[in-house]
Amino acid sequence: MDSTASLTQRLRKAERRGHWRAYALIAPLFIFVALSFLLPLGSVLLNSVYDPLVPDGLPRTMRALAAWDGPRDQVPPEPVYAALAQDLKEAVAAEKQGAIANRLNIEEFGLRTIFMRAARRVGAQEDGPWAPFFEAADPAWAQPGIWGTIRNLQSPSHTLYFLSALDAKRNQDGQIGPQPEDQRIHVTIYLRTLGVAFTVTFMCILLGFPLSYLLAHLRDKTANLLLILVLLPFWTSLLVRTTAWMVVLQKEGVLNSLLQALHLISEPLPLVFNRFGVVVAMTHILLPFMVLPMYSVMRQIPVSYVRAARSLGAGPFTAFVRVYLPQCIPGVGAGALLVFILALGYYITPALLGGSTDQMISYFVADNMGRSLNWGLASALAAILLGAVLLLYAVYDRLVGSNNLKLG
Amino acid sequence: MSASSLPLYTTPAQRLGHWLLVLFCTAVFIFLIAPVLVVVPLAFNNEPYFHFPVQVYSLRWFRELFTNEVWLHAIFNSVLTATLATLLATTLGTLAAVGLNHHNLPGKRLLMAVLVSPMIVPVVVLAVGAYFFFSKLGIANNLLGIVLVHAVLGMPFVVITVTATLGGFDMNLMRAARGLGASQIEAFRRIMLPLVWPGVLSGALFAFATSFDEVVVVLFLGGPEQTTLPRQMWTGLREQLSPTILSAAFMLILFAVVMLLTLEMLRRRSVAMRGVVE
Repeated sequence: MDSTASLTQRLRKAERRGHWRAYALIAPLFIFVALSFLLPLGSVLLNSVYDPLVPDGLPRTMRALAAWDGPRDQVPPEPVYAALAQDLKEAVAAEKQGAIANRLNIEEFGLRTIFMRAARRVGAQEDGPWAPFFEAADPAWAQPGIWGTIRNLQSPSHTLYFLSALDAKRNQDGQIGPQPEDQRIHVTIYLRTLGVAFTVTFMCILLGFPLSYLLAHLRDKTANLLLILVLLPFWTSLLVRTTAWMVVLQKEGVLNSLLQALHLISEPLPLVFNRFGVVVAMTHILLPFMVLPMYSVMRQIPVSYVRAARSLGAGPFTAFVRVYLPQCIPGVGAGALLVFILALGYYITPALLGGSTDQMISYFVADNMGRSLNWGLASALAAILLGAVLLLYAVYDRLVGSNNLKLG
Repeated sequence: MSASSLPLYTTPAQRLGHWLLVLFCTAVFIFLIAPVLVVVPLAFNNEPYFHFPVQVYSLRWFRELFTNEVWLHAIFNSVLTATLATLLATTLGTLAAVGLNHHNLPGKRLLMAVLVSPMIVPVVVLAVGAYFFFSKLGIANNLLGIVLVHAVLGMPFVVITVTATLGGFDMNLMRAARGLGASQIEAFRRIMLPLVWPGVLSGALFAFATSFDEVVVVLFLGGPEQTTLPRQMWTGLREQLSPTILSAAFMLILFAVVMLLTLEMLRRRSVAMRGVVE
């Protein structure tokens, strides 16, 4: 009895030791992934809800506003103006006034000028009263509106960027409402992104299903040879394939000149810098991701099942729909989910082959990072995209298993 | 693709269906391969035009590609970045795959899901995050940042191919080596590694190709010095489609062909070495 117990114990101990050794082998990669993948993604999430620029830049003002805590439709008392004057002087000394002004301008267009005007003049005046000074700089300071915006930014952690990413905003009265009409663009972009991803996924199923079916029913040698035709474009650089589609589809391009030479058309067709070009190129690029999982599932479906159905009296159509098709579902599902996930994040191809109304969410993330310099909004848009992708990935992992993510 | 493979008892309707399928698939194959092939003759066009027929063939744009400072610098940067990223991804990825191969490892599924996720996370999101995070560490706008993110993007391929190869590896060989007095490291180096190297090498190739083709991360994390081949192509494509881009594209297609052939060779090698009959 005693020796059995100790043997079990020793075995268990050995197993635990083995586990620790395995974890030790995985640890270097995991630390590396944490540093160059998980923490960067974490920074995106952090930047989408945390922005201490204004509370850090105007600390006295924020304290004074909190101490006063009056209703939103009133102008704050003199101490708040005095605190703002002091903060402004320090901000100017640290050359941070421009950044704060930009941040206010993001919340309410036009505040940049108002804020900068006060910042430029504040050095000239030693002492208060400050309320008349600000009113002289710009009458807006004597209105409650601008103070509402500043109060909305009181806390460094907030949901303002997410509201903005969903075409909403916190108004100066502190209530949440829609963005002004001309700035309500993001929901359209999400819907467009979903639309393009759906279209591309559908096209991939449409083209990929017959292809996989044929490949699965050919002799192994022929199938392997034809598979090269799927794999070669797969391993060709994404930029090369996008370039190739540009060459093929542009106005003076290969397809238009071919069609004109055949007298099928008299005027070149607009095939690129529009939705058509984006969908065609993305379908081309993502098709292998659909074909490979479908093919590997279809190859394992025994032919005898359909034969049995036929011999039991099912017509070819019934046998296909009721016996063959249900067995393909795992492959179609895996391929479609993967294509959809990958399509959601596409940037390069739409940016090069699409027009201004064909850009997807990634484009606007990059645009807000680079051109508009609204990093918070870029982060919120990216966080929503990331959330959607991870959710679908969790579904994929449950249905297919991430270790089955086979490419090539 | 011949009708002779159809059984004798097929009805005419089925025959028609079969031929329609073959016709449709031929069209899809053309759709898949034609755009890639179209680039090839145009890259050798003496004139800076992009339509057929090509009048005079020449190596003019290849000369441009391989003599122009800017392009040469870009090629050099790409090779350097991809090599460093591949080394990092392959070393860490192979070690981790050996660990993940341990039977009944608790949390294996979750670990695998995390390690594979760089493949599906939109690269723009990762690039933005890396820019934020690396700026704090002071490694944005230089080569190191790009290499780190590229290694992350290539690592899943290494983990997947090596775990797949290890799946067919007989762990008794390791036990035998250990029993005969080899140390853990020696057994790994002299027994396991020689048997799984085709998997390691395929993973490394995937990782190299991933980095070699990547542009978004370079756009976000690259300083003015880090022009890589894809970035140079991207800049060119946004401004004006130049013939030099097509010659670069041709080189990349060639690279893809070599890669495909090597992978196929490695796959056969791996199968033969493990004695698996497919």
